[in-house]
Amino acid sequence: MSGPFEGIDATGLREAILSGERGVRETTEACLDAIEASNDELGAFLTIERESALQCAEELERTDAEPGPLHGIPVALKANLCWEGHETNCASRLLEGWRAPYTATCVERLLAAGAVPVGVTNMDEFAMGSSGENSAFGPARNPWDSTRIPGGSSSGSAVAVAARLVPLALGSDTGGSVRQPAALCGIYGFKPTYGRVSRYGLVAFGSSLDQVSPFATSARDLALCLSVIAGHDPRDSTSLKLAAPSAGANDGASLSGLRVGVPKEHFPPELEGGTRTACEEALARLTAQGCELVEVSLPHARYAIPTYYVVATAEASSNLARFDGVAYGQRVDGDGSLQSMFAATRNAGFGAEVKRRILIGTYALSAGYQDEWYGRATRARTLLRHDYEEAFKRCDVLAAPTSPPVAFPLGERADDPVSMYLADILTVSASLAGLPAVSVPAGFAAPVDDPEASLPVGLQLTGPHSGDERLLEVAQLLEATGDHHTKAPTGGVA
Amino acid sequence: MSWTRDGHVWISPETGARWLPTIGLEVHAQLSTRTKLFCSCEVSFGAAPNTKTCPVCTGQPGALPVLNEAVLDFAVRAALALGAEVAPDTHFDRKNYFYCDLPKNFQTSQYDHPFCSGGGVKLSSGVFIRLNRIHMEEDAGKTIHTDAGSLVDLNRTGIPLIESVTEPDLCSPEDAHEYLTRFREVLQFSGVSRADMEKGELRCDVNVSVRPEGEEGLRTKVEVKNLNSFRHVQASLEHEIPRQITAYESEGVDAIVQETRLYDPEREETRAMRVKEGESDYRYFPCPDLPKLHLSEERIEAQRAALPELPEPRRARFQKELGLSEYDAGVLTGSRDTADYFEEAAERSADPKSAANWVSNELLRALGTDEVEAGSLSDLSLQPADLALVIAKIASGDLHSKGARELVRECLRTGAGVDETISALGLDEKIDDSALEGWCREALEANPRVIEEVRAGKDKALGACIGPVMKASGGKADPKRITEVLKSLIEADS
Repeated sequence: MSGPFEGIDATGLREAILSGERGVRETTEACLDAIEASNDELGAFLTIERESALQCAEELERTDAEPGPLHGIPVALKANLCWEGHETNCASRLLEGWRAPYTATCVERLLAAGAVPVGVTNMDEFAMGSSGENSAFGPARNPWDSTRIPGGSSSGSAVAVAARLVPLALGSDTGGSVRQPAALCGIYGFKPTYGRVSRYGLVAFGSSLDQVSPFATSARDLALCLSVIAGHDPRDSTSLKLAAPSAGANDGASLSGLRVGVPKEHFPPELEGGTRTACEEALARLTAQGCELVEVSLPHARYAIPTYYVVATAEASSNLARFDGVAYGQRVDGDGSLQSMFAATRNAGFGAEVKRRILIGTYALSAGYQDEWYGRATRARTLLRHDYEEAFKRCDVLAAPTSPPVAFPLGERADDPVSMYLADILTVSASLAGLPAVSVPAGFAAPVDDPEASLPVGLQLTGPHSGDERLLEVAQLLEATGDHHTKAPTGGVA
Repeated sequence: MSWTRDGHVWISPETGARWLPTIGLEVHAQLSTRTKLFCSCEVSFGAAPNTKTCPVCTGQPGALPVLNEAVLDFAVRAALALGAEVAPDTHFDRKNYFYCDLPKNFQTSQYDHPFCSGGGVKLSSGVFIRLNRIHMEEDAGKTIHTDAGSLVDLNRTGIPLIESVTEPDLCSPEDAHEYLTRFREVLQFSGVSRADMEKGELRCDVNVSVRPEGEEGLRTKVEVKNLNSFRHVQASLEHEIPRQITAYESEGVDAIVQETRLYDPEREETRAMRVKEGESDYRYFPCPDLPKLHLSEERIEAQRAALPELPEPRRARFQKELGLSEYDAGVLTGSRDTADYFEEAAERSADPKSAANWVSNELLRALGTDEVEAGSLSDLSLQPADLALVIAKIASGDLHSKGARELVRECLRTGAGVDETISALGLDEKIDDSALEGWCREALEANPRVIEEVRAGKDKALGACIGPVMKASGGKADPKRITEVLKSLIEADS
């Protein structure tokens, strides 16, 4: 199943709109119709905002102002990005019906650039999950095979872009929540350097890790989107004082002489064969363009999963404390006491995975255990950061698979949280180090459960701190060497 | 049953045993910045509930804190005024606990790296009360319990506080009262807090234990809350200390449990509120939304330079340089406003003693009365220069002291200028000597006994004539001059 944006990316669509070839209203309507037609099957959207989208499109057609860089481009927003007046429920029962009273900085910037938000996308509840199955409103499904997971937690945004329902979507990436579903859905997903995009208005999961991150069907669209949403925001104290990059073409740039580091820890034995082959082929295309492959080591990467799951859950246990039913959210009364109201609200409102992580995080911060858990994780994080600094002395970018498995069947790992957590094994390191990382379509491989099937594989490129522009340039040059990114799912309902 | 005290020792009326109290105080003071600690909401008192709030201080999902830099400067100045040493490297932690008026269910506070250490307050006895710590934190909201349910007002949420905790160095209720007086005046003089207890700008909790004189180590401490004035702090201790002693004497060494008690000013007693079961686990960890802070030496020194003269040295200087009594110096340093007003009037009039008398006998007494609305001297229409003018007019004989008092009261009441009021009261009208002599004659004729008594050496008897003459003159005659005329008439008559 493919939507109205097959064969055209946001950059191309903008040109078509500016040349008069496509109208904004017409584009918006086609987009909304396709979303509505597909949503029962794919479950990408929690809310489709037809009215506000059409109003936005009409205003753009009426205005005489200079068209913005995303003029008329339909975009989808993950359900954890505040958008004033619209339901921002984080796919949680607890926030069902909650309309954000203000707009996130990244959404404000999209709107100012002329983008047309068409709806709010499905996700793992409060961004906790790697499959999209932890949504309180049912899972989003992989458009390549709707019996399979699309990856998570930004499942709906990935599905919306992969199914060509929208050319651009925002997700959030805490430990791989954009890169991993991008890989599993065969599209581009980019986590900028921590602090590059304001977190103001992104409902917090792991504050020191969360980063607003775009999905697209081309590498140049990622650069275009970054040029709009990045840049210092005085409302986020962790926002970097760096200007947004320009989205110009990188004419004349080449891959020749680029040193590509291959961390041996990121080609682990448990990597599925097809994933390994597809990634090795992508690396071969890089060497064919004159890149030099350098073997590097991230010795502390083996601590990345436990470190990540301690840091992220510790922060989450505190960040999610505010969901108590007092000022917002679905309150459930207890026996009349305040404490019982808190407990009843949280017990009814949170799903199992969210409760599990709050418990883990609470334990990790508890007196007597904090140094052993949170303290050690913080120290391991410093070591891992140092590993990357050492590696980048020897190379310009790192290349590795994004996800060990390709998309697995819905329900396969639902009862095995640890195997689910391990899906993030290749993405959490860059998150812990705050580095920019992009998943690019690398090819296709058969899943272990079905040798006949062919599912997308992603290659993850990681850059040094603040090296977002160069990283996206490399992604564009790699894109030019293959055609995997142009392949859209044609539907695969079993 | 009456308790006798021997210094700090309380003597039991039952057993005659000698007991020593140990007292520590925990004081929260509101820093008087214009806006809150992490958002730009106005700090206000008495506004309609929930009108001084925003997404940040109401803990909306996705909202982020941004430090109000003015708070740091105020806090540093407070620390320096209290003789503490400022730590250049510090950060904010999250203190996690659930309560309905804490919208994020964590309080942004400081734990293991507060911004300063040391410091304290010297009592008049010379005893130095050490501070265990001072740290910055955000205030919680206010819960109002009604029959219809609990209501939460978040106007106060996020207002900057400094929390200070003394070492258990205080030994008597009077010491506790004096400590608070001194502590408050340091904050007020340094301009960092208005510290008005009625407005909740200063809040105090007491920790107290007792032990037999000579016993090593401290016994179980009890926390007393709901102390709305310094007087209540002292009174609560005057009741709590004997309560503990009596309990030990009747029930043995385990009589006192660690608990929080509420002071009831109506019934003048403390009542158990809740038993403390060990230390609460607040799961402190560094706030990931706020970067670590570095206070440069220049910044600290700028605050040191901005420190005004503090009350204690100022009192000493008033005594030494201006020749005031210890009592007057104390009264005139009751607040920085009073001290500044007095000092300016003293300088302008070049007559510190007269200025001191006027300020303490007339102006301070007039504040907040039915006639004078102003709550502080600086709010008076009568400025130090005006008072100096009055003093000068008395010295030059243009005003007599009684007329001057009348003049000052009228100025305070009407807000009119000095010269204007002199005219209005007719104090500038010269009394014709012959008229004065006439009134004096009449008065003597009406009181012939006065003449006898004065001749017998009792000059005081003249008083009986002064009143009628004043009355006849319409209050304009100078009592000193009347006395002179009366005497000369009596002498001339003999």
